[in-house]
Amino acid sequence: MSDELILEIVTPEKMAFTGEVEEVTIPGTEGEFGVLRGHEPFLTSVDIGELSFQKEGKRTYYAVNTGYAEVTGGKVTVLIETAERSDTIDKDRAQKAKEKAEARLSQIEKDSAEFARIHAALVRAITRINVAGK
Amino acid sequence: MASLKDIKRKVGAVQKTKQITRAMNMVAASKFKSAQMRMENFRPYAGKFMDVLNSLALRVESIAHPLLAVREPKRIRVICMTSDRGLCGGFNTNLIKSTERFLREKSGEGKEISLINVGRKGRDYFRKKANIIAQRVDVLSKFDMTLAVSVADEVINPFIKEEYDELYLIYNQFVNVSVQRPTVVRLFPLPSVGQGTENDSETHLDYVYEPSEETLLQKLLPMYVHVLLYRALLETSAGENGARMAAMDNATSNCEELISSLTLKMNKARQAAITAELMDIVGGTEALAKG
Repeated sequence: MSDELILEIVTPEKMAFTGEVEEVTIPGTEGEFGVLRGHEPFLTSVDIGELSFQKEGKRTYYAVNTGYAEVTGGKVTVLIETAERSDTIDKDRAQKAKEKAEARLSQIEKDSAEFARIHAALVRAITRINVAGK
Repeated sequence: MASLKDIKRKVGAVQKTKQITRAMNMVAASKFKSAQMRMENFRPYAGKFMDVLNSLALRVESIAHPLLAVREPKRIRVICMTSDRGLCGGFNTNLIKSTERFLREKSGEGKEISLINVGRKGRDYFRKKANIIAQRVDVLSKFDMTLAVSVADEVINPFIKEEYDELYLIYNQFVNVSVQRPTVVRLFPLPSVGQGTENDSETHLDYVYEPSEETLLQKLLPMYVHVLLYRALLETSAGENGARMAAMDNATSNCEELISSLTLKMNKARQAAITAELMDIVGGTEALAKG
């Protein structure tokens, strides 16, 4: 068992974060899970949600989009399509996106492909609003 | 011979053009730099993604995913990726030409073709010539992964619903600043993944999978499409600016050439005017002296 835990958050735009952390909590599609050092090798997909990690006693939050997470020995690699740190989120924009998505959702049928897409946008906006406050 | 004033005006005009082309060259250069950086930044993501996808594909006995389904290709969909703006040399022209050749070839085989355009230039060209079912224009100056996702949304579901049988992507592959190669890639059915990496020892780590390998792979395949599209978008953006840089550099040096040849002409004209005036004066004085 290695005694450190390296976290890498990789997005198409950049390496959003890389460094040693004490603990990381990831919103997996099968439920949120936490990783500590010495975690079993593990591969899962990541859903829209809130990712956070503890480093030197301080907690940092990210709003993330779909992707996957890979845990191998002392390393966690999170590959996601977008990641926004809580203090970089534009709350007003997220609020507007939420209102827009809600307005659209009430107009269209529930089982169309459009609905799923806008619903995802709504979930994203809500997540961003929640994370922005942290 | 053009008059002195005409030539002067022309030199002024060319000088102004040169200023513009030089400015455009510099703007393109800085945009190219940032586009190149984005390509650089994307590499770890793409690399890691492919690693996991391949190792997963190796583990799964047979991949049965609708995106891999091979059908008789009767209906073909093509994504044509051009730039939004012109003045970048043969960047768009070459791409449009090879797209047209491809379309002609396929329709010659009796296939039904639909087109998706990314970028204004391609859309403008094919607007009346082909069956365009979707377009994204004025998007390339500022885009991120969501653009790739929105294009992917346009193609993934229709393919699964069997609305068409094959998807091709035509874009300018970025070779280097001055070389962009129009390339045709087949996206759907996806070429099988995980080939040729059998002996990679790193892929044999025993993971706990959650959900199962199969479900996970099915989730990753659409993301794989996003990766492919996003990479093509990045290459288009870098290629466009590289091509514009080269084109504007050419234009600037052509302007310089033109200016120097016009200046020569101007000086000759001025010399001729002075000579003519002198001849007049000399002629005048001679006439006076005789009188």
